[in-house]
Amino acid sequence: MSNLLEIANQSLLLLQELDATELAKAAQNEAAASGAGMAYALATLGPGIGIGYLVGQSVQAMARQPEAAGKVQTTMFIGMALVEALAIIGFVVFALLKFV
Amino acid sequence: MFALEFPSIDNLVKWPPYFGDGEFYMFNKIGLISVLGVVITFCIFFFSKKELVPAGMQNVSEGIVGFVDNQIIDATMGPTGKKYLPFLLSLFLFIFLGNIFEIIPTFQMPANARIANPLFLALLVWAVYIGVGLKHNGLKYITASLLPSGVPKFMAPLIILIEFISVFILRPFSLTIRLFANMLAGHILLVTFGVLSIALFELFFLAAILPFSTLVLLTGYEAVVSLLQAFIFTLLTAVYIDSSIHIDH
Repeated sequence: MSNLLEIANQSLLLLQELDATELAKAAQNEAAASGAGMAYALATLGPGIGIGYLVGQSVQAMARQPEAAGKVQTTMFIGMALVEALAIIGFVVFALLKFV
Repeated sequence: MFALEFPSIDNLVKWPPYFGDGEFYMFNKIGLISVLGVVITFCIFFFSKKELVPAGMQNVSEGIVGFVDNQIIDATMGPTGKKYLPFLLSLFLFIFLGNIFEIIPTFQMPANARIANPLFLALLVWAVYIGVGLKHNGLKYITASLLPSGVPKFMAPLIILIEFISVFILRPFSLTIRLFANMLAGHILLVTFGVLSIALFELFFLAAILPFSTLVLLTGYEAVVSLLQAFIFTLLTAVYIDSSIHIDH
């Protein structure tokens, strides 16, 4: 399926009589865009599960022992910052590929 | 070739200078927000009197100091951390003011969306926690942080490599990237929905209801994210300083 798309793309590009550098740049832009989207999409899987599990366990801990809720909440924030940083680094990869 | 051609991201984050031309110095909106961050922090504490019953600006300053003292220092460092309260308070207020200008109407640019301020603050925190560790524990800080007690001898080289990368390289890097990328992502989102609202409004004036309501909700969300990112930077700084002082656990 992607083969057919590539063939159609290439033939349409050739029909428009672009010169070699523009063709290479268009191909690179396309590859960068698809790579960028793929990078960020994969980067949100792990941290999504991680943060969900972390907050769920901390809610359970706060329900078991309500007087420890302050400590549990602080540790939850620290853990959330560390896990979310991974997804944010994925976003930086996306921005670097697409805009630089 | 059927994909959209995005305009360069320079339109969002590069601002023209007020004076200076970039040859040796330049003062643009980012510089103005950084200066305002320092000035507003100073003014909050300069204009609050020291009455027993707080009134006016003293409410604000006592609220902020109480927040940093209770939620950050008492939660992570305990009594030995009270002398780092001025440093953590200045850090929190500077980062919060750098973030909150994203939603203030005539500025609308977070100064932390350019990597200069977060990078410098993260390097400063890095120097502080290494310096505090060396001052409190001497050279034992290096050996105790690279090779924690209770590690079997055959795993020592791997553990030393992992701990070195984790403690000395990854901590400032992750502090920088977390603050910078959160603010940049929020800024891109707000600009995208703003431009979408304007474009749809010029087409047909009722078509802009959905993007505009999303823009309003996202602005509220960005206010929460600004406060949360400032809080998390300061909280992690306190955790790192505490782990430099108490290296035994």
